[in-house]
Amino acid sequence: MEWALLIASVGTVALALALSYRPVGDYIAWTFTTRKDWRIERRIYKVIGVDSNHEQSWQAYLRSVLYFSIVGVLLLFLLQRTQQWLPYSLGNDNVEPGVAFNTAISFVTNTNWQAYSGETLSYTVQFVGLTVQNFVSAATGIAVAIALVRGFAHRRSGTIGNFWVDLVRGTFRILLPLSILAAVVLIVGGVVQNFNGYVDVNTITGGTQTIPGGPVASQEAIKEIGTNGGGFYNANASHPFENPTGWTSLFQIFLILLIPFSLPRAFGKIVGDNRQGYAILAVMGTLYLASTFALAAFEFAGRGTAPELAGAAMEGKETRFGLVQSVLYASTTTLTSTGSVNSMHDSYTALGGMMPMVNMLFGEIAPGGVGAGLYGMLIIAVIAVFVAGLLVGRTPEYLGKKIGPREMKLASMYILVMPILVLGGVALSFAIPALRGSVVDESLANTGSHGLSEVIYAFASAANNNGSAFAGLTASTPWLTAALGVAMLLGRFLPIVLVLALAGSLAAQDKVPATAGTLPTHRPLFVGLTVGTAVLVTALVFFPVLTLGPLAEGLL
Amino acid sequence: MNAATRNGGRTLWVATRALLLFTVVLGVGYTMLITAIGQLAFPAQANGTLLTAENGDVVGSSLIGQSFTDEDGTPLPEYFQSRPSAAGDGYDGTSSSGTNQGPENEDLITAIRERKAQIAEFNGVTEAEVPADAVTSSSSGLDPHISPAYAAIQIDRVAEAREIAAEQVRELVAAHTQDPDAGYLGEPRVNVLELNLALDELED
Repeated sequence: MEWALLIASVGTVALALALSYRPVGDYIAWTFTTRKDWRIERRIYKVIGVDSNHEQSWQAYLRSVLYFSIVGVLLLFLLQRTQQWLPYSLGNDNVEPGVAFNTAISFVTNTNWQAYSGETLSYTVQFVGLTVQNFVSAATGIAVAIALVRGFAHRRSGTIGNFWVDLVRGTFRILLPLSILAAVVLIVGGVVQNFNGYVDVNTITGGTQTIPGGPVASQEAIKEIGTNGGGFYNANASHPFENPTGWTSLFQIFLILLIPFSLPRAFGKIVGDNRQGYAILAVMGTLYLASTFALAAFEFAGRGTAPELAGAAMEGKETRFGLVQSVLYASTTTLTSTGSVNSMHDSYTALGGMMPMVNMLFGEIAPGGVGAGLYGMLIIAVIAVFVAGLLVGRTPEYLGKKIGPREMKLASMYILVMPILVLGGVALSFAIPALRGSVVDESLANTGSHGLSEVIYAFASAANNNGSAFAGLTASTPWLTAALGVAMLLGRFLPIVLVLALAGSLAAQDKVPATAGTLPTHRPLFVGLTVGTAVLVTALVFFPVLTLGPLAEGLL
Repeated sequence: MNAATRNGGRTLWVATRALLLFTVVLGVGYTMLITAIGQLAFPAQANGTLLTAENGDVVGSSLIGQSFTDEDGTPLPEYFQSRPSAAGDGYDGTSSSGTNQGPENEDLITAIRERKAQIAEFNGVTEAEVPADAVTSSSSGLDPHISPAYAAIQIDRVAEAREIAAEQVRELVAAHTQDPDAGYLGEPRVNVLELNLALDELED
C-alpha cells in the first residue's frame, strides 16, 4: 500500500515535470539568450548603472558575483543586528553577532541553514532580508550555470555574458512570476500571509494558546522555487502554517524540482543539441529515483529500537504526511540544495537517515539546486568524458571542446572542495580536544554513532549549501557557528570561482569537429558512465566516514 | 588609483544599488502584493484558518494542534487526546519543534514505553492496540491530527466520561475523519480540535 501511494505520488510529480520540461526549459534558454531587454529592465539597468550590451570576461563576471554577495551578507547582518529597532520586531532582541554572521552567509550562499529559530526573527528581517536573498541567491546560481553553458556554446570568445543582466532577467522573468503564482496557490491551501504577529486565544479546555502569523506564503514560494529552504518557522515545512496538507506538500516538491529538472533542456537548447539535455536529465532522473526508493525502503521497514517499539518510524513525522509524503520530501530536499523539511531527519531510522546525507554528499546534482545542480552535473560529465578518454587513449572532448590539462585541473579541484570541507570539518570537530569538548557537551543531542552522524550531516549540509539538519545538533556554539559559516562560504564560492574559470577557458576555445573517436554524449553509454562516475567519486570519498556513523548505527 | 581598484569600486557601487533595488521590489513590493491578494481574496486561509466556537469566540486554528489537558498536564478524559508534542511545554505556537531524538536514543525509547503503558491504561485497551502516532512526537510539535486508529481507541473512554452513547461519538469521529487529498496524497486523519469542538457543541 505504501509503495503504491509512493509510486502514484512520484508519478504525479514526474508527469508534471515532464509536461513542464520543454516549455520551462525553452523559456529559460530564451531568457538568457535573447538580445532584447524589457522596458522595465532598461530602467533597472539605468538605476543600477549597467550597460546591458556589455559582455564580461570570466574574471569580471566573477567579481560581480562576489561583490554582490558581499554586499548581501553585510545588509543581512546589519538587519539582524538592528531588528529590535525596526518595525515588526515582535519583541525580539537583536540577533547576537555569531548567529547573525552565520545566518547572513547562510542565506546569501543559498544554504539557508538555520542557526536561529525562525520564531526569533522579526518580520522585517524575514521579508526585507531573507526573502530578497531567497530570490537573488537563486538567480545567482542560475546565472553561473548559464555562464558555464555559454562557455560550451561560444567559440573563440573572451566573454561569458553579463552577470547583472543574467541576475535581473533570472529574477524578474523566471523567479518572480513563478513565485507570485505559487504563493497564491499556497495561500489557497492554507499557508498564512498576514502581519498579525502573535495572537492569544482561549482554548476550549480553559487554557490559552498563541497562534503565530506572518507573511509566510510569499517566502514559502520562493524558498521552494529557488531551492533555498529556510523556514519561516523553526519547524520549517512541517509547520502546518507552511505546509497544511498532503497536496501542498506534493506541490512544494514540484516547485523544488521545477527549475533544476528544466535546466538540462535550457542547456541542450543553448548548446544547440536537445539530445545533450536529455542525457543530463537521464543521469539526474536515474539517481533521483534510485535514491528516493532506497530511502523509502529503509523508512518503510522501520528498523531500530524506537520505531519497532512504537510500531512505525513516526517520530518526527506529521500525521497528515505519514511515511510516504515524508520520505518523498526528504529525498527531494536533499537531492536539491533546498534543505526545507516536512519531517525531522534526525529521528529517521539509521539507514533512512543516511540517505539524505548521501544525497548531499553526491554534491547535489540529481537534480541539485537551481543552477548549482546543473554546473555540478556538468563537472561530473567532464570527469566522465575524461575517464572515457583515458580508456581509449585520446584527448577527451565534450560538446566539441577539448578537455585539456587546464580544464581537468579546474574540474578536479571542484570535485575536491566539498569533501575537504566536510571531512575536514568533521575531523577538526572531534580531533581537537577543546572543540571536541564543545561539540560533545554542548552540541550533540544524541550519543554514539548517531552523534557523529549529526556532525557529518551538519558539515555535508553546509558545504553543499543544503541547509537541512539533523536538527538535534545545537549549532549555535562558537565553533559550529564559525566552522559551518566558513564551510557554507567556501562551499558556495570556491566552486563558483572554478566553474567561471572553466567557462572562460571553454569559451576561448574553438570547436573541434567530432570524429570517429569522439564519445557521443547523448547515448545511454554516456548516461551510464556519468551515473557511475558520480556514484564512484562519492563512494570512494565518503564510505569510510559513513561506516562510523549511520552504517554502524543501522547494522550493528 | 589604478584600474583594478577603480573597477572594483565601480562594481561595488553597482552591487549596492542592485541590492537596494531588489530589496524594495522583492522584499517590500512582492511581499505586499501577496499579502494584498491573500487578505482580499482568501482572508480565511491567509489569517490562519481560525476556528470559532458557537458563541463566536476564536478557540484556535484548525491547522494548529492543541493539548487537551488540565493545568497540571493531566489528560482530560472527556476530550480526544492529541499526539505528544515537543513544541515548548506542548503545542506552544511560539516554538514549533520536533524532539530530534534518533532511533536508538534512550530517552526516546523510555518515553515511548511509558506512553504506551499510560495510553493503554487510560483508554482501557491493550498496549498492542496503541498505534505509532499516539506514542511519537510530530515534526512540528503542532500536528493538528491523529490517525483514525488512535481516535478509535479513545471513543469508549470519551463516551463514558461524557455519559453519552459510544455510537454517537463514533459517528462524530467518522464525520471528522478526512481522506487523503485526491484519495492518495497524505494519510487519512482526524482533526482533534474540530472533533472536540463538535463534541462540546453536541452537549449544549
